[in-house]
Amino acid sequence: MAITSIKNLKEFSTVNERFEGAHLLCPGCAHSMIVRELMNATDDNLVISSATGCLEVCTAVYPYTSWDTSWIHIGFENAASAVSGAEAMYKARKRKGTLKDPDAPVKFVAFGGDGATYDIGFQWLSGAVERGHDFTYICLDNENYANTGGQRSSATPVGAHTTTAQAGRVSYGKKQKKKDMVAIMAAHGAPYVAQLAPNKWKIMAKGFQKALETEGPCFINTVSACTTEWKFDPKDTIHITDLATDTLMFPIYEIIDGHELNILYRPKNIIPVEEYLAAQGRYKHLFKPENKHVIERIQKEIDEKWEYLQRREESRV
Amino acid sequence: MKGVLPTDRRGVRELGAEDLVGWDEVTHGVVLNSFDGIVEDVAQVAPEERPYSDFNSYTATVASWRVIKPVYNRDICIDCQNCWVWCPDTSIISRDKQMLGIDYDHCKGCGVCVEVCPTNPKSLLMFAEAQEPEDALAKWPEKKKKEKK
Repeated sequence: MAITSIKNLKEFSTVNERFEGAHLLCPGCAHSMIVRELMNATDDNLVISSATGCLEVCTAVYPYTSWDTSWIHIGFENAASAVSGAEAMYKARKRKGTLKDPDAPVKFVAFGGDGATYDIGFQWLSGAVERGHDFTYICLDNENYANTGGQRSSATPVGAHTTTAQAGRVSYGKKQKKKDMVAIMAAHGAPYVAQLAPNKWKIMAKGFQKALETEGPCFINTVSACTTEWKFDPKDTIHITDLATDTLMFPIYEIIDGHELNILYRPKNIIPVEEYLAAQGRYKHLFKPENKHVIERIQKEIDEKWEYLQRREESRV
Repeated sequence: MKGVLPTDRRGVRELGAEDLVGWDEVTHGVVLNSFDGIVEDVAQVAPEERPYSDFNSYTATVASWRVIKPVYNRDICIDCQNCWVWCPDTSIISRDKQMLGIDYDHCKGCGVCVEVCPTNPKSLLMFAEAQEPEDALAKWPEKKKKEKK
């Protein structure tokens, strides 16, 4: 069984792509960068299910499909259930000896946006992880329901303007904290849980390979910068993601077996969060004098989280 | 699936008794085949050799989305493959560790490849869609000298 070499980018680039162009995602969308990276990180056969969301809607516009692998879309909530059903059937048929090629390696992957993961598909994902199916769930976290016009989700961070948590005279956008999905999935006792970002392609490809190789349910939360709803220029997708990881808005780390936490990327210079907020249109109201306390709150929460992660890493509990 | 079902004036299918299925039967959704015929192991077949079907979005184009397009300058490129790894539209054609060019059928002109290009001057630059590549290459900027502080 062959796993693609990711020693350096030149070797990585020799893989044969299995995700085709001319899908209808926005120019500069990070979703397709993440999907390409996952599909290029392995040579194995893939069985993919997608929850409803930008990715599903844009890659399977009738009569076209952008996937050169087995791919299914069913509902908003049940990407995890669909892929666990496929995995259970694969195991059963392997046991009965009715598979055409029983030795061919097959990996099961589910994609969901943050709406499908944090909110609508949460119970289904929790169930699939609890049952212990051998699959990898990848959350493409763009922090809102981008497909339907940018409504707030429970992944939307404090202070962000969305169409259902608007910033204006009386409000500064979303007031509630973002749900810590990585910690929730780690608490399920999943063997591999991680938070990754597409700008660090090597860490990301390694994380994907690790998740695919690990037997049992794996969860990966990926940062997917959304040019349309975060309101920045399409060409800046990687720049914004760089800012997200260097301000520690999105720390990159993994949790193995629910307790062993490793920080995978430590920025050399930690940038103040203002720079990340100023680069995006959805935060522009925070720079009014009356909203200064929100930026202070965001910075304080980031510092606390980073301190917590570092202590968790040291203590190995 | 059971035969062709009657349709009303607008061509919409009416549900009839024959549409109802038992608890142990399955109705198929829409199945789109990416390839004509069977490809044994897609990951081992180069895109040029794949028998793409008409359903595959590879056969479609989004070229009309572009207002600006990236132009590639082979002379400056160092084949770092940064553009390849971050292209959201699978539009950077890269074979045997070499960057060959841009797939203008699938490029949407987002400009990510230009932003991540590390050479000086950049080996990919954005130009107006109507600009001829030869004219664009003739206008390529000179190497920028580092400013002393």
